[in-house]
Amino acid sequence: MAGHSDYTPSNGFSRWLDTRLPILRFAHDTMISFPTPRNLNFWYAFGAILTFCLMMQIITGIVLAMHYVPSSTLAFDSVEKIMRDVNYGWLMRYLHANGASMFFLAVYVHIFRGLYYGSYKAPREVLWILGVIIYLLMMATAFLGYVLPWGQMSFWGATVITNLFSSIDQIVPHAGTAITTWLWGGYAVGGPTLNRFFSLHYLLPFVILGVVGLHIWALHVPGNNNPLGIDVKGPQDTVPFHPYYTVKDAFYISLFALLFAYLVFFKPNFVANPDNYFPANPLQTPPHIVPEWYLLPFYAMLRAVPQKLMGVIVLFGAIVTLALIPWLDTSRVRSLRFRPMLRPFFWVLVANCILLGYLGSKEPQAVWVIGGAHIELLWVARVATLYYYGFFWLILPIVGLIEHPLPLPESISKAVLGGDAGVAAAE
Amino acid sequence: MRIAQRLGLAVGAGLVVAALWAGAASTATAQNSQPDLSKVTKGEALPVKDVSFSFQGMFGVYNKAALQRGFQVYKEVCSACHSMNLVAIGDLGERGGPDFTPAQVKAIAASYKVPAGPNSMGQTTDANGQPLMRTATPADHFPPPFANVEAARFANNGAVPPDMSLLAKALHGGPARIYSIVTGFNLKPPPGFKVAPGKFFNPYFPGWNISMPPPLTDGSVTYTDGTKATLDQEAHDVATFLMWCAEPKLDQRKRIGLEVMIFLVVLSGLLYASYRRVWRDIH
Repeated sequence: MAGHSDYTPSNGFSRWLDTRLPILRFAHDTMISFPTPRNLNFWYAFGAILTFCLMMQIITGIVLAMHYVPSSTLAFDSVEKIMRDVNYGWLMRYLHANGASMFFLAVYVHIFRGLYYGSYKAPREVLWILGVIIYLLMMATAFLGYVLPWGQMSFWGATVITNLFSSIDQIVPHAGTAITTWLWGGYAVGGPTLNRFFSLHYLLPFVILGVVGLHIWALHVPGNNNPLGIDVKGPQDTVPFHPYYTVKDAFYISLFALLFAYLVFFKPNFVANPDNYFPANPLQTPPHIVPEWYLLPFYAMLRAVPQKLMGVIVLFGAIVTLALIPWLDTSRVRSLRFRPMLRPFFWVLVANCILLGYLGSKEPQAVWVIGGAHIELLWVARVATLYYYGFFWLILPIVGLIEHPLPLPESISKAVLGGDAGVAAAE
Repeated sequence: MRIAQRLGLAVGAGLVVAALWAGAASTATAQNSQPDLSKVTKGEALPVKDVSFSFQGMFGVYNKAALQRGFQVYKEVCSACHSMNLVAIGDLGERGGPDFTPAQVKAIAASYKVPAGPNSMGQTTDANGQPLMRTATPADHFPPPFANVEAARFANNGAVPPDMSLLAKALHGGPARIYSIVTGFNLKPPPGFKVAPGKFFNPYFPGWNISMPPPLTDGSVTYTDGTKATLDQEAHDVATFLMWCAEPKLDQRKRIGLEVMIFLVVLSGLLYASYRRVWRDIH
């Protein structure tokens, strides 16, 4: 999509097609000859891995939808019918359920990789924001999908999350309740809720697919960032996407699939909450309602704030903050390799997010006893939430202004190959 | 570049190893000695007993004899109060399951009565309003012991015995939880803990008060295969059977899983070799 095209139609048909719909030229330019920095490492494989995850979810999801019944009286049993009576139905369902976890695992690596190498900075702000939108859509899709098996955690998770909207009552009286009733299609989570959640759960993945298209488009205009965070200076800095990155991505996808397969075939319920194997019961609240692991950090933030509306604002603010990072970071240097002052703060942020996830999985009144001292986890969650916000709103702008970055290499090829770049770069 | 590559590989391999390790560690969480109830939070379910099953681990499959014995315990004891709505009688003949012969499955089916369809007069009940019944076939699911939730509640002192089809996956601790609860009735409540009226003390059950009376004792059943029916044996067998009810495709899943893993290891090796070859001239 950027620069000139070196596509030459190889036969009569492709010459004919090229002057009418240059779709083969487009495919060639984006997936074969696309100039890609030659120094992309393992962490850059997660874009391809995420594409693999999305396709996996869509394909298994379409098969599951052929057998699933979105009705409050039949949903639970229809899922069990898939597990027992549909040929390889258990495989489809376990792939889909664990696929969601693998998808989020990959997206978290992808996001932190973008943060580490400064991939959000000019000229890639739109690319980054599209990524945040995809992440938001993924969370919505995962939440909607989790409701569909209509187990206890499905039902009560849906109740908790949809009730967040009722906090709007504190700004506009009755508006929040009205929105919640509208979302539910009634006065409580029930059959109509399940029906519309199924409809939306089928819709959103294709919205994600569309935004992923935009994401890749926005990637192909400036081209990939790279671990050095410096711009591509010329052809000696790049290699064609195929075969160099197709083979490298394929290798890492295969490793990722190995972990995925281990979960699906040997620990299929490892990340699942056992309570969801009890059918939804509106009259019996489970003692401990928790979301899936990938939403736990946000759940911890929500519960860290004593006031409901403020909790919801903190929760959504955490995601909005991500979209603003391109303007919160004041440094001109992209890669943290050359930013010694910010680097430790980054790793604390990673640890902090994992800590928030852990805190989200604990009972809100839980206590740590360390050497006789009682530490309320609620307060740990408050400190962790403050650090999350503090990193983006204080540390990122301030460190960028006062930090002395290390000297940047002259070019990617110089850094990769040492002195005589031009000679060795011959392919 | 080289270092980043190695790091990438190391992290990839590390993820796999971590998952394997976490999997192995998660199956071994327990203690078997008499628990000291005065030291734990009252009402908080004890960790499950340290009990191992044939179907654990990457290569673990169901023990056919244990499944057949477990079915006997279910049929003669559990099914008096617990339904098994999701399992068909014919499933008992599945390979990778209890694997009863077709003749045995037919005989088992014939021992159950299920509501019949309308008769030639279009009636589904007899003159007394009782539903017309017929002999079950392997295609029928196990008939529930109570007509509905209200009847179940009425017959059980206000508590509804949960359906058993998914119990081994729905309880925290899985089949080991079932084993622990069934064998966990012989403990004395600690001082200061009052057992609710009509309930039974069981510290392996959340809240420690359970509505189910001790279901099994030594000799509750007489095993057809001659195995000595101790409480421990019965509990272990029925936990195995209930795991099969909850996860009937486990054997098939692990067999295919092994094939998939071997395929992916070979594929990864080939892709790695291709990757090194393609990139050979670049560095």
